[in-house]
Amino acid sequence: MDVVQNLVTTFNFILQGVWVTIGVTLVALSVGLVFGVAMAMARVYGPPFLQAVAAVYSVIVRAVPVVVIIFILFFVIARFVNLSPFWAGSLALGFASGAYQSEIFRGAFQAVPPGQMIAARAIGMSKLQAIQSIILPQAVRLALPAWGNEATLVLKDSTLVFVVGVPEILRRAQQVSARTLEPFMAFSVAMLLYLILTLVTTQVLQWFERRYRLQM
Amino acid sequence: MSTATAPILRIENIYKSFGETHVLTGISLTVQPQEVVVLVGPSGSGKSTLLRCINLLSPPDSGRIWLEEQEITAPGVNPDKVRQRIGMVFQDFNLFNHLTALGNVMIGLTKVRKMSKKEAHDLAMFELERVGLVDRAHHYPAQLSGGQKQRVAIARALGMDPHMMLFDEPTSALDPELTGEVLEVMQQLAREGMTMIVVSHEMGFARQVASRVVFMEGGVVVEEGTPTQMFEQPVHERTRVFLRKIADMDSGGR
Repeated sequence: MDVVQNLVTTFNFILQGVWVTIGVTLVALSVGLVFGVAMAMARVYGPPFLQAVAAVYSVIVRAVPVVVIIFILFFVIARFVNLSPFWAGSLALGFASGAYQSEIFRGAFQAVPPGQMIAARAIGMSKLQAIQSIILPQAVRLALPAWGNEATLVLKDSTLVFVVGVPEILRRAQQVSARTLEPFMAFSVAMLLYLILTLVTTQVLQWFERRYRLQM
Repeated sequence: MSTATAPILRIENIYKSFGETHVLTGISLTVQPQEVVVLVGPSGSGKSTLLRCINLLSPPDSGRIWLEEQEITAPGVNPDKVRQRIGMVFQDFNLFNHLTALGNVMIGLTKVRKMSKKEAHDLAMFELERVGLVDRAHHYPAQLSGGQKQRVAIARALGMDPHMMLFDEPTSALDPELTGEVLEVMQQLAREGMTMIVVSHEMGFARQVASRVVFMEGGVVVEEGTPTQMFEQPVHERTRVFLRKIADMDSGGR
C-alpha cells in the first residue's frame, strides 16, 4: 500500500530528529539549570551588585522572544566564535530558560525556612557550606514541580531552533511534507512524537517528585 | 566570685539594636565552667538576642565577649570556628528537613569536622544514644514528635563537641507532656558537667538544675543569684513580681 509505505518512510525520516530534539532539550535545560541556580543564589544570597545583575538578566531575557536570542547567537555571536547551528540554538534556549529557572529557584530558595540557614550556621558551617549542604538540597526538591513544567516548555521550545536549520523533529517534518506533499501525515507524526516525549518527561519527573518529596 | 578557675564566658557591656529597637543596652555576664545559667525575663527583654550575640549569629553592635579567654568579638576572629565551640538548640528545633535524624547529626561531622562517613556515622549513633533515639535514627523530622525532634537537635549540637551549650526556649514549642523528655536530657548534660545557658521559664528545671538564675529586663541584668535566693527572697520588686507570675502559670498550666 502506498499510504503505509509513505507513512513508514515519513515516520523513519522524522524519527531521526527525535535524538536532535532530545539533545537540544537536554543541553538547554542543563545550561538553564546552571544559569538559573547561580542567578537565584546571587539574588537571594549575593551582595547587592550581584543581586542587581541577576535581576536585570531575568527581566531582560524574559522580555525578549527566544527566537531573537537564537538569531543573535547564530548571526552575531557565531561570527566570532565557531558555533554550529545545534550549539547556537541550544545555548540560546538554555540562556532563555535560565531566566525562567532563576525565578523558579529564587522562589524555592525563599521557601526554605530561615531557621534552616541559622541552624546550619550554628553548627559552624560557612554561608557557602550551608547553601550547598542544607539549602540547595531542599530548594531543589521544592523546585521540582515547577521545574518539571519548565522542562516540558523547553522541550516544546526546542522546535524554535528550526529557524537556524537544526534538523530536529519539526524541521524534518517540514522537509518530508515538502517532499511527499502530505503535510497532514508529516505533522501528525511530529505531533505524536512530541506527545510521547512530553508524557515520558512528565512521568519521569513525577517519579522524582514522589521519590524526593520534602516533608516539613 | 572565686577566681580559682577562669570563666568560660565573659560578656562585657554588650549593646545590640535592630533599627530603632534597643534590645541589649549594656549587658554584662560571666559564666564559669560547668555552670548552668537559667535566663528568665519578660518577652522582649533580650534573652534570645543575647544568646545569638554570644555565638555571633547576630554580632553585638558594641561590647566585648571572651570565650575561654579568647576575645571572639575581636576583629579577624572566624565566627564559624567560634560557633563550632558553642552548641545551640532552638525553640522550633530547626532540624534539617531533608535529612534523617542520623543525617542531621552526621552532616556537621562530615562537612565541618571533616570526619569520614564511617567515623561520623559511629559518633552520630553514639550521640543519638545519649538522647535515647537510636531507634529513630532513620526517621525524617516530619516523622518525629516534638520532643524527639528537640532531642535530635541536642544530639546534633553535641556531635560538634561543643565547650558550652545555649538553649533558646527549648521546650516552649512542645506540648506539656513532651517537655519532660527534653528536660531530662538537659539535666543529664548538666550532670555530665556541660556548661549551659538556658533561656527557659521551666521553673522546676531552674530550681533543680540551675547554678544561677539571671533575671533580665530591658536589655540588662536586673538581678542574679542562686535559684533559692531568686525564688525565695529576690532583692528587686520586679524580679519578685515576674517570678511569681511565672510560678503561677507553671502551677496553673499543669
